[in-house]
Amino acid sequence: MTTAMKPKAAPRTGVDWFLLLIKSVMFFFITTGIFLFILQQIDPGNPIASRLNDDATGLTADQFEGLVIAGISQGAMYGLIALGYSMVYGVLGFINFAHGEVFMVGAMTGMITSNKLAEAGAWESNFIPSLLFIVLLAIVVSTLTAIVMERVAYRPLRGSPRLIPLITSIGVSFFIQNVSVVLLGPGAKSYPDLPDWLSKKREIWFVSVEGTRLLVVCVAAISMVGLWYLVERTKTGKAMRAVAEDKEIASLMGINVNRIIVTTFAVGGAMAGVAGILWGIMFRSVIHTTGFLPGIKAFSAAVVGGIGNLNGAMGGGLSLGTAEAVAPLVILEPWGVSGVSQLRDAVAFSVLILVLLVKPTGLFGERLSSDDRA
Amino acid sequence: MTETIALLPARGILDQNWRKIVNYGLLIAFAEIFIALANMPVALDDFVLIEPILSLGYLFLLCLPLLLGFGIGREKVLEGIADHAKGAREVVAGGCVGLLGGGGLSLLVLLLDNFDLRDPLVNWSPQLLDLLAFDNGVGFGVVIWLAIGGGLGLLGGSMHLIPPIARRVVATMALAVLAAAVLEAILSDMSEDLYLEWLADWVYFIRGGVTLHGAVAVAAVAAAYALWGSRAVKGAKATFQALEGAERRQANKVGLLTVAVLTILLPLVLGKITNELLANVGLFLLLALGLNIVIGLAGILDLGYVAFFAVGGYTTAILTSPNRGDSWPDWLPQLWWVVALLVVVVLAGLTGLFIGAPVIRMRGDYLAIVTLGFGEIIRLLFLSDWLGGYTGGAQGITTVPGVQVFGLATVRGTDPRAVFYLVAFFCAIAIYISWRLEKSRIGRAWMAVREDESVAEAMGINTVNVKLLAFVVGAVLASFSGAIFAAKVGSVFPSSFIILVSIVILIVVIVGGMGNILGVIAGSAVLIGVLGGPRQPGLLQELSEFKLLIYGALLIWMMLKRPEGLIPNVRRTRELHQEEFLQDAWLKGEIDLDDEEGNGGEVAPA
Repeated sequence: MTTAMKPKAAPRTGVDWFLLLIKSVMFFFITTGIFLFILQQIDPGNPIASRLNDDATGLTADQFEGLVIAGISQGAMYGLIALGYSMVYGVLGFINFAHGEVFMVGAMTGMITSNKLAEAGAWESNFIPSLLFIVLLAIVVSTLTAIVMERVAYRPLRGSPRLIPLITSIGVSFFIQNVSVVLLGPGAKSYPDLPDWLSKKREIWFVSVEGTRLLVVCVAAISMVGLWYLVERTKTGKAMRAVAEDKEIASLMGINVNRIIVTTFAVGGAMAGVAGILWGIMFRSVIHTTGFLPGIKAFSAAVVGGIGNLNGAMGGGLSLGTAEAVAPLVILEPWGVSGVSQLRDAVAFSVLILVLLVKPTGLFGERLSSDDRA
Repeated sequence: MTETIALLPARGILDQNWRKIVNYGLLIAFAEIFIALANMPVALDDFVLIEPILSLGYLFLLCLPLLLGFGIGREKVLEGIADHAKGAREVVAGGCVGLLGGGGLSLLVLLLDNFDLRDPLVNWSPQLLDLLAFDNGVGFGVVIWLAIGGGLGLLGGSMHLIPPIARRVVATMALAVLAAAVLEAILSDMSEDLYLEWLADWVYFIRGGVTLHGAVAVAAVAAAYALWGSRAVKGAKATFQALEGAERRQANKVGLLTVAVLTILLPLVLGKITNELLANVGLFLLLALGLNIVIGLAGILDLGYVAFFAVGGYTTAILTSPNRGDSWPDWLPQLWWVVALLVVVVLAGLTGLFIGAPVIRMRGDYLAIVTLGFGEIIRLLFLSDWLGGYTGGAQGITTVPGVQVFGLATVRGTDPRAVFYLVAFFCAIAIYISWRLEKSRIGRAWMAVREDESVAEAMGINTVNVKLLAFVVGAVLASFSGAIFAAKVGSVFPSSFIILVSIVILIVVIVGGMGNILGVIAGSAVLIGVLGGPRQPGLLQELSEFKLLIYGALLIWMMLKRPEGLIPNVRRTRELHQEEFLQDAWLKGEIDLDDEEGNGGEVAPA
């Protein structure tokens, strides 16, 4: 932040040179990786490409398409979770570390109800109504979790130094994870089987895509449109934007700031609940730590897109998801790195670090309240 | 301004804050149902505190109505406004709260009897029902919990009626008995070497727990202490604090010497398990001291602190173990631990610089997430196949030899006493470094940066360099801990260096008191010693299932109620409670809050 505010003439210190070095090395690494990948695609046997990595054969078009689709559907989920981070950061100016756990609670709710429905036979016979039902229930439970969290842990801390609510939210995240462990047991739990028509691959236009991934992208798009309508076209949305802009002035305008903050948490929680169900349907397994990594990646997505910016959150999610799926194979493998799929998470974090180094305001520009902007 | 204002007469029994009572009651009810469903009563039933009557499992259920029954009667005393005398009203309120809370468990008993929710809730068991109903049937269970809850609530409320000195005696007695029961393993262990076995046998029951007569005796001693001893201790403390100049230095020296002698002598009378416990406490203390510099003094929230611990552990393992990955060139020698430590320090410092430089300019909260990301990246790299030839991947590096102390002896994990001495030595170094740094120009620069970065910069502090230095010092201290850890365990795996470790250390520092060395020591002794580290068992091994839950709850509670920690740093407390300090100063007439803007923040020297 401060770097952006400084006049250009500020002398470069050792740290600046070091950062410049890091940036150039990363730039070289990435561009060369992509260049090598392209060479490899043209002819796997050419001397430049095979020098660094003998075994690399490049990707087929189908593989590449699969990666991109997987990345996009994963990214859509990150985007849904990122909305919660972004909205709360926009309004209150702190990272709600426990938001990933709200997502996990949604996934757990879906797991419990769908298994109960499967036991009763309704899951197979009436799949669509059952799915709608578990989505609704997950939304309710996640929203409640988010509201209780705000009321108990964050409201008393409003106005305290910036890092205090962040540390508290780490505690909340830790607590919710372990509540899940002691109540539901530590093992991974699975969702019931999906009907064939949903899980099979199908051709749409010129791509073949699994039904579940398609569902994920569609639901994410619908939720996004709903959220856009809420924030941009309703009175509540206007109030939310006003509170995000300046809490004090908003309250002078007759807006109940507390209620709007609760609404913000509730809407973020609902989105996380939807994302939880989508996660469950796509990966069919949940565990108490399910929320941790996706949560942090979703926050990264929010930063990548520009924090406080809702379109940015979705865009950031899609970019991060795609980058994480594609980059290991396109950038790392041509360099001769083995076992690249293990480094997916490392790539996601590197994207975050890179974006913060190069463009800390994110790809789509950040929107922060007047006190946080300084 | 401290003249006492006469108490108003007690308020009527029905003149209650019913809303607060219902809130408290529902809180207890929810908490008790949660505790029961979390399986605490069943899992902890075997941990007997007082032989025939109380197990740790029941204690968790019983303490809530008692504490909140007392808490409901406490009201904020505003300075200058007369307080009501406490009377029957508070007792009734306590009873109501306890009754509601007990009602929660009664409801649970009914539900347990009528429904089967075993599928999602793993602890929904007939065993829990039996335990809650005291094996006497559902009806009895429902009634008894209402009675217990109400009774304990009344008891808690009636604590308001007895004079404060008596209340202190009761609290001390309860705490002493609890401490005696919790510390049983250590105390009976020590008694064997001190020829006090007869005493331990008399106080403790054979299968664990304090005997009834033991409890009475401990309580009596505690009561005597609360009545007479505590005054003497306070007096001694006051005279110590009144000392100045050379005398004070003398007293400090004597104090330090006593602590040092105790640290050297204590492990000799302790058994293997207790020494192991102490060694773990020391390892985490070393980490916590390092993090204390980063977060407590410089105010940088580093969530990836485990990365430096990992770098220390892995570097030591690679440099000392014959079993390191195959990809290392042959010329890389196999070093002694002490020699390897030099390399470890340099590497850890460089890692600190490398991680610190990109993040140091970021906003505090972004910095937290990015350091967390770095922590994960380092662990993932150690785990990956790519570097597997160097780090052993998921199998890690095994057969790390112990610490050769100049050919005199070898310190290994099999000898926890020696490990403890080693750890204690490094802790002493770390404490000395932290203490000297805190008092130095650099320490003051750190604190200035923590309190206001822009002002610090305006004062001519190079904030970037100062913060980087904090990062590096923290990294070096963590790498010490990692190096000892590798030698102690004899192997390093990526799974020993998960983010959980960072968070547990953060909790230790915060609960103990950020920026205060004593606080950090107390925090690691209490948390790591009693509850245990992320993978290391503590004194209460029975709690290991729940320790992470307790850590999380503790962190939230501390941040809400006492963000400065148990043993706070004076300056830090002022930052966190600035408004209250200003108000106090205003009440004392030292400042004028309505003064022109800018002057209101200045507190006149008292």
